[in-house]
Amino acid sequence: MPRAGLITAENNSDIDLEFTGDEDEVSTFQEELERGRHRGRRRDGDREKKKRGNRRRKGASKETVEGEEESQNRLEKRERRRKRAKRHQEARGRERDEEEQAKIKSGKKAKTRKKVKNEKTRKVEEKEEEEGEAGERNAKGKMKHGGAKREEKKEDGGKHTVKEKAQEVKKKKHKTVVETSSEEEMSEEANEDNEEEEKELRPESLSPEELENLKEAVDERKKLIQSLRGKPWPMKKKLVTLRESQEFVEKYEGALGKGKGRRLYAYKVMMSKKWMKFQRDFENFKTVCIPWEMKIKEIESHFGSSVASYFIFLRWMYGINMILFGLTFGLVMVPEALMGRPYGSISRKTVPRAEEASAMDFAVLWDCGGYAQYSVLFYGYYNSQRAIGWLKFRMPLSYFLVGVGTVAYSYMVVIRTMARNSNESGGGDDNSFNFSWKMFTSWDYLIGNPETADNKFASITTSFKEAILEEQESHKDDNIHLTRFLRVLANFLVLCCLAGSGYLIYFVVRRSQKFALDGLDTHTWWERNEVNMVMSLLGMFCPMLFDVISALENYHPRVALQWQLGRIFALFLGNLYTFIIALMDEINLKREEEMIIKYNISMWEASFYNSSVSGNSTAPPVIIQPADVPRGPCWETMVGQEFVRLIISDTMTTYITLLIGDFLRAVLVRFLNYCWCWDLEAGFPSYSEFDVSGNVLSLIFNQGMIWMGAFYAPCLPALNVLRLHVSMYLQCWAVMCCNVPQERVFKASGSNNFYMAMLLVILFLSTLPAIYTIVTIPPSFDCGPFSGKKRMFDVIAETLESDFPAWFGKVFSSASNPGLVLPFILLMVLAIYYLQSTSKSYKEVNVELKKKLQAQNEENKKKNKRAALKAQTDLEEARNATSQTAQQQQETDGDEKHASRQRLHHGTTGHNPPPPDHERRPLATRAPVPRPYHHDNHGTPGYLPGFSQQSEPRLYRVPSLQRH
Amino acid sequence: MGNKQTIFTDEQLDAYQDCTFFTRKEILRLHGRYHELAPHLVPMDYTKEPDCNVPLALIVNMPELKENPFRNRIVESFSEDGMGNLSFNEFVDMFSVLSEMAPRELKAIYAFKIYDFNVDNYLCKEDLEKTLNRLTKEELTPEEVELVCEKAIEEADLDGDSKLSFADFENMISRAPDFLSTFHIRI
Repeated sequence: MPRAGLITAENNSDIDLEFTGDEDEVSTFQEELERGRHRGRRRDGDREKKKRGNRRRKGASKETVEGEEESQNRLEKRERRRKRAKRHQEARGRERDEEEQAKIKSGKKAKTRKKVKNEKTRKVEEKEEEEGEAGERNAKGKMKHGGAKREEKKEDGGKHTVKEKAQEVKKKKHKTVVETSSEEEMSEEANEDNEEEEKELRPESLSPEELENLKEAVDERKKLIQSLRGKPWPMKKKLVTLRESQEFVEKYEGALGKGKGRRLYAYKVMMSKKWMKFQRDFENFKTVCIPWEMKIKEIESHFGSSVASYFIFLRWMYGINMILFGLTFGLVMVPEALMGRPYGSISRKTVPRAEEASAMDFAVLWDCGGYAQYSVLFYGYYNSQRAIGWLKFRMPLSYFLVGVGTVAYSYMVVIRTMARNSNESGGGDDNSFNFSWKMFTSWDYLIGNPETADNKFASITTSFKEAILEEQESHKDDNIHLTRFLRVLANFLVLCCLAGSGYLIYFVVRRSQKFALDGLDTHTWWERNEVNMVMSLLGMFCPMLFDVISALENYHPRVALQWQLGRIFALFLGNLYTFIIALMDEINLKREEEMIIKYNISMWEASFYNSSVSGNSTAPPVIIQPADVPRGPCWETMVGQEFVRLIISDTMTTYITLLIGDFLRAVLVRFLNYCWCWDLEAGFPSYSEFDVSGNVLSLIFNQGMIWMGAFYAPCLPALNVLRLHVSMYLQCWAVMCCNVPQERVFKASGSNNFYMAMLLVILFLSTLPAIYTIVTIPPSFDCGPFSGKKRMFDVIAETLESDFPAWFGKVFSSASNPGLVLPFILLMVLAIYYLQSTSKSYKEVNVELKKKLQAQNEENKKKNKRAALKAQTDLEEARNATSQTAQQQQETDGDEKHASRQRLHHGTTGHNPPPPDHERRPLATRAPVPRPYHHDNHGTPGYLPGFSQQSEPRLYRVPSLQRH
Repeated sequence: MGNKQTIFTDEQLDAYQDCTFFTRKEILRLHGRYHELAPHLVPMDYTKEPDCNVPLALIVNMPELKENPFRNRIVESFSEDGMGNLSFNEFVDMFSVLSEMAPRELKAIYAFKIYDFNVDNYLCKEDLEKTLNRLTKEELTPEEVELVCEKAIEEADLDGDSKLSFADFENMISRAPDFLSTFHIRI
């Protein structure tokens, strides 16, 4: 009897599947928990589910089918089924079926025995029937363990879900029928059911509708697999569900699609599988490639997430610079070095005669002069030849596009990261959850170092104490005038500092120009490197000064930190822009010089030509060495050199500060402590802390300089990669060996986007001058890839003219005329305006909702209070009314119930959100006396299978059974 | 003990990758850590899915958890028996939820479990007091603790039952700016 076997196997797996299915729908954690805890209640739920399942499957054999007659009926049914099954079962392995059969037969017997028992007790009480069923289920469970092979079970289970889907509508109908109709009807219905099921078991004879359902089920499974990792289930369950779903999908995916479509479908499925596999491998590969994971983890566990966030930021910067480096290196430097004309072939690629002697000196090279200047590292070396090498590589075009691409890519990355960050952060700026946030999110789970943990404990304690103080007295009554005066004074001092530093830089740059005109050799090392040194020193000492000044202000530390950051930002920005303005002056000087030289050269060439013409025409032409050709000053290379020097000196200062400020200090404190009159470690110098904000800022500014100078010195990204690489190791080492964990740990995540915003500002500000020079200043006449053109961007027009068909150029030129560009810009502005206004309105709605929520909250609280009061008065009355203690006891019970009912009532009639309403219900059901509260439940049919709801039908059925 | 020794089959690794936020390398690393905890209990070969549990006492001694004031609660809320014995599956599960990639909703669910000391599905005052005392190493006076707990409940309790249900907790934690960055353990 293969059919019977099959069905019972289905039976068992169905129960499992019912659960999984159910929990798919209901992923709310609350219920899961409830389910876990109220085992007893759960059984009720199980019973309900099982009932449904059985009703569907086998006709109401469970709660209704009893007595000899009934079992006779069922035997007959089974017989029928068996016949049918024999007809349809070719697909299944016969042996397996028979094997199963034997086992299941015994199971069936057990079941019928149970049924008999049930019949005896049935009329007594509902409850007992439940237990009988539970027992029955147990028996089945055992059978299942002993019985059908695992695989088959799963297949069947899978099938069954399909059936479920297919018969969703039907099921519902059944249920309603079952509630009202007699047993015979039900069994008949079930019979029909069975027949249908059997039809569906054969994928070959699926109707389009069923196919659709099957497809839906498969898709659902796939979705489940995708979302499995986000489910709050224990791992074991996840693994089992995964395996089941995968097998199900595998089995039924092939059945989908008909005729021609099927092969295509199979192919598609196969490809998608391969694609998934590839994606996963790629993902694995990517994580292998992410460097310094363990280093960062170590730092995290030592210093908490805020210090680690700096290193993560550093790593991110490194990634960006790697890509920028790849762009410039692969598309500009390497092609020029390999395919361009070699060194010494033309004047721009040769060290001039006057410098030849010292071109290889280290001092000159370090200063980016000599051979370094006349190499691919700088703008001036590149030739303006349109296409180079056998590849016909368009060098000038490539140079220009890489410059633009660098900026574009940086913008894209920064903005994308910002958007992602803003998505991630909950956007909680409001202070409405001050204490709860402190309580639940202040511990940093990354901390794994006892010292840091101690600091964290201390800082959490102080933050709580501060919050309590703030709560108790909103503002301290200090001398507000004094504070105000001090703050104004502090800001004045800071402004003085900023102005002073700006002036100093301007002064120094002008002085260095004078030195440069005199010739560098006559000056000392300091005079030559004055600009960079002054800038670095200012960047080092001014923040310290600001720190001292900010002590005057008496701000809350977090506010103070923001002020400090803002000031340092202003300082760096001011310095950078003063530097650029000074550089602009220098560019103008150079250009004047260039004009003179250009004139001289033309004179020189003319005289040369004249002499050669006037002289003997047969004499061999005089070959002029490219080193001897007079040349212009090439301001682009000068700009690039300035930036490279700046970066190098900046890097050096950073490293030296690190070594002296951190390492030497740590060493001194550590070893002098043995012979010093006070405790150095705990007292004044102590060990240094890692300054996250300062370091992030200097990183950002460094990057800004890279963006600014990268166009004129293609080597800058490479230099920066090197710098970041070294800093990663050096700073990791320094932080681990000579810094102590911060005493006050500030929030790291909230400031993440703050730093990003700064980066964006810097990016914008640093591309501004670069773009300005590119657009407005004509390139030098005898160096660089754009020499000979009026403007650098003429290279685009040139390419369009000569490399593209004529119509393309026409289209381009007509597209770029003001008639089209202006409307386009207008459109963009409009779009921005529209988006902005919608976002504004969303924000308003948000605020409105928040207000509503708060009002509701307060209302609820009031209601609760009222309810509690009422309950109390009721209690009093009850006490007054009755004198006997026993009675009193009863009344108290009743009153409590009353109170809870009251609350419940308020909860449902008020604007309470539904979940708490449900959560409270089990509490109410615990009351011993049945109360007419269940009408509440009709409002939410099928929503959240809370336990009260599941026990509700039982309440109904008691009368209905008695009625029969 | 070469590199080539198979700890998991490819299918197992794929299944773990489907069920967690980890990549292959991280799963293998996790197994290494798990093995390290109790070398005599945990076999190197996991292809047969052996059934072994590592007791709580060993797990909370991992450097990642050692300093955490909620270490016992973390381990307990991920163990199936509630006593803190973790099988490898549960071990992976734990770090998957605490990993960087896990979504806020999932983290919130388990955070609620962790802070729910008496496992009654509500964060009642008692739970909050315990949380606070662990956070501050009991340096606050009882009155302060009382005040803070009251305030916290007042802030977050939406339905006014003077304890925090999961809905309250989720509502509160979903807006917390620091939750994602702090409820996170790198393995």
